[in-house]
Amino acid sequence: MSPVDGAGAFNPNLPVDPAVREGRIPGRAEEEIPELHEVDCPPELRERIEALMGRYPDRRSASIPALWAVQERYGWCTPEGIRQAAAVMRVTPAYLESVASFYDLLHTKPVGRHRIEVCTNISCWMRGGDRLLDAFKAAAEGDEDFFVTGFECLGACDIAPMASINQRYYGPLEAAEAGTAIEQLRAEAEVLPEKALAKRGLAGDG
Amino acid sequence: MPHQLEKRVLLDHAEDPALRTLDGYRRLAGGYETLERAYRDMEQDEVLKELEDSGLRGRGGAGFAMGKKASFLPRGDMAKYLCCNADESEPGAFKDRELMQRNPHQLIEGIAIAALAADAGHAFIFIRGEYAAQADILDAAVAEAYEAGYLGKNILGTHRDLELVVHRGAGAYICGEETALLDALEGKRGNPRLKPPFPAVQGLYGGPTLINNVETLSNVPHIVRHGAGWFKGFGTEQSPGTKVVSVSGGVKRPGNYEVELGIPTRELICDLAGGPEDGHEIKAFFPGGSSSPVLKAEEGLDLPYSFEAMAEAGSMLGSGSIIVCDDRVSIPHLALRTARFYHHESCGKCAPCREGTNWTVKMLERMVRGEATPLDLDIVSSVQQNIIGHCLCVLGDSMAMPVGAMVRKFREEFEAVMENPELVLDPHAVVQAPPETLGASV
Repeated sequence: MSPVDGAGAFNPNLPVDPAVREGRIPGRAEEEIPELHEVDCPPELRERIEALMGRYPDRRSASIPALWAVQERYGWCTPEGIRQAAAVMRVTPAYLESVASFYDLLHTKPVGRHRIEVCTNISCWMRGGDRLLDAFKAAAEGDEDFFVTGFECLGACDIAPMASINQRYYGPLEAAEAGTAIEQLRAEAEVLPEKALAKRGLAGDG
Repeated sequence: MPHQLEKRVLLDHAEDPALRTLDGYRRLAGGYETLERAYRDMEQDEVLKELEDSGLRGRGGAGFAMGKKASFLPRGDMAKYLCCNADESEPGAFKDRELMQRNPHQLIEGIAIAALAADAGHAFIFIRGEYAAQADILDAAVAEAYEAGYLGKNILGTHRDLELVVHRGAGAYICGEETALLDALEGKRGNPRLKPPFPAVQGLYGGPTLINNVETLSNVPHIVRHGAGWFKGFGTEQSPGTKVVSVSGGVKRPGNYEVELGIPTRELICDLAGGPEDGHEIKAFFPGGSSSPVLKAEEGLDLPYSFEAMAEAGSMLGSGSIIVCDDRVSIPHLALRTARFYHHESCGKCAPCREGTNWTVKMLERMVRGEATPLDLDIVSSVQQNIIGHCLCVLGDSMAMPVGAMVRKFREEFEAVMENPELVLDPHAVVQAPPETLGASV
């Protein structure tokens, strides 16, 4: 008989799921909220997360913005950074980790400093998004400064095929421009100025 | 000059970068005059009535009447919330991006007036994480609006308060689903909730919550300013107003075009967006983003572009995003590309969606590799039927509807690919679709 069958009546002879007493991982205690003095959180990060929490009726609403802050500070959502944010927010690190792992833009593994997301969804795919992605990957090959990934629709089908380079949109891009963009990033120069979405007019104005 | 077929209300003056600033918005568009009038002279019910009378339908996908939705919120002293859904992630949709980027104050004014109708004291703009530039623009605009006294405590001395927070997401299509958006905003993984209770009754932090799309809220200042009658002067009886339509894919001039609802679809695609590339023809199109069942050119091009006409044709207007597929697009590959997206974005909470999207992708991959049997085509169809209506939210349906329609309407193309492996032009089609069929030269 499984513990479920005997639900309601306590029988000490039945095997008990260790998670009931010890947390989900046997042999490891339920995770606790880290104390601030245990985590060595940089004061700026702490102040920023505290300010973020103050914007919401419930402090936990600040979890995504807090993880953005961690990612900005450390380059990715490091376990230490997550612990620091958890201590400030008074939640468990596992709680923040569960949030971080859900969202595509929060990185729970180290990634390059320059982030390039190439859209490969329908409209970009029709116009060569997959080849653009290959071109970016080839141009950045072996350089740990770069993180290149294919991405679902970025909401810029009007400039297909396109890419988001360090959180700004560029398109429509020729495969050859991938190499140019990578070189410009290496040289810390302005990236593809004539292809920046910010500089485009309305489609209907010709 | 915009094309004569365009009717710009929301995109009026949008070509002028000055519109982004509060001064420019005031000067060019009479900005915040409506907010001042509404806050000083109008009661909640007056604003609500104007919105209900206008017949404005939600521009995010479902097309539900906005005023009616706002009227569902219970009255009372409990905390109520307004959420602007700016998580535009539907493949093919990029209108909200344009509206936020070019005219952020129009949205803020709309939110403030809608908050009056909903009696909400706290409002949020949930913007998708990828729209970092637009989030910065909104942040700056919100700061200006606070500075000018249009937001915050005791707005314009009327003893009415409204806090507005721009909340940037972090990349998950599912957060555009309204209850997943609420969970994400509460700081959790973005999983949809069981409905009912609907957000109007129990939403953010358990309080009554009005959730509207960016374009819907951007319409609000214009409706309250000019009246419901004026608004109904545009569009059709069941689809009043103008619509910013995103046209993309195999057209010469992809982009956002604001038109009166009910305009012939052909004019939108062929006149405004320039039609297909020379030497090519339109084969099919998605009328309302990637979730809408595809229409063949011959069944869809001559329909009026309205909620009712698209529904009658077995598809939907959705978010108002047209993706055009020309004669080079291989439909089985298109089905696979579409299914992969939903498979990737499924949150995994409901089995029909999690497993259905997974198996659809696997079966379509077999097909384009030439390893499938005709039986697989029937299984793909039945999987789609078993997803529709069986999940907490419509993400699964959003794959099942277009993929189901593709198999139904282009069955011979799937059969041809399965029976003639030489038709599979690229052996790596599973990771990259064959460029010859997809407009490599576009």
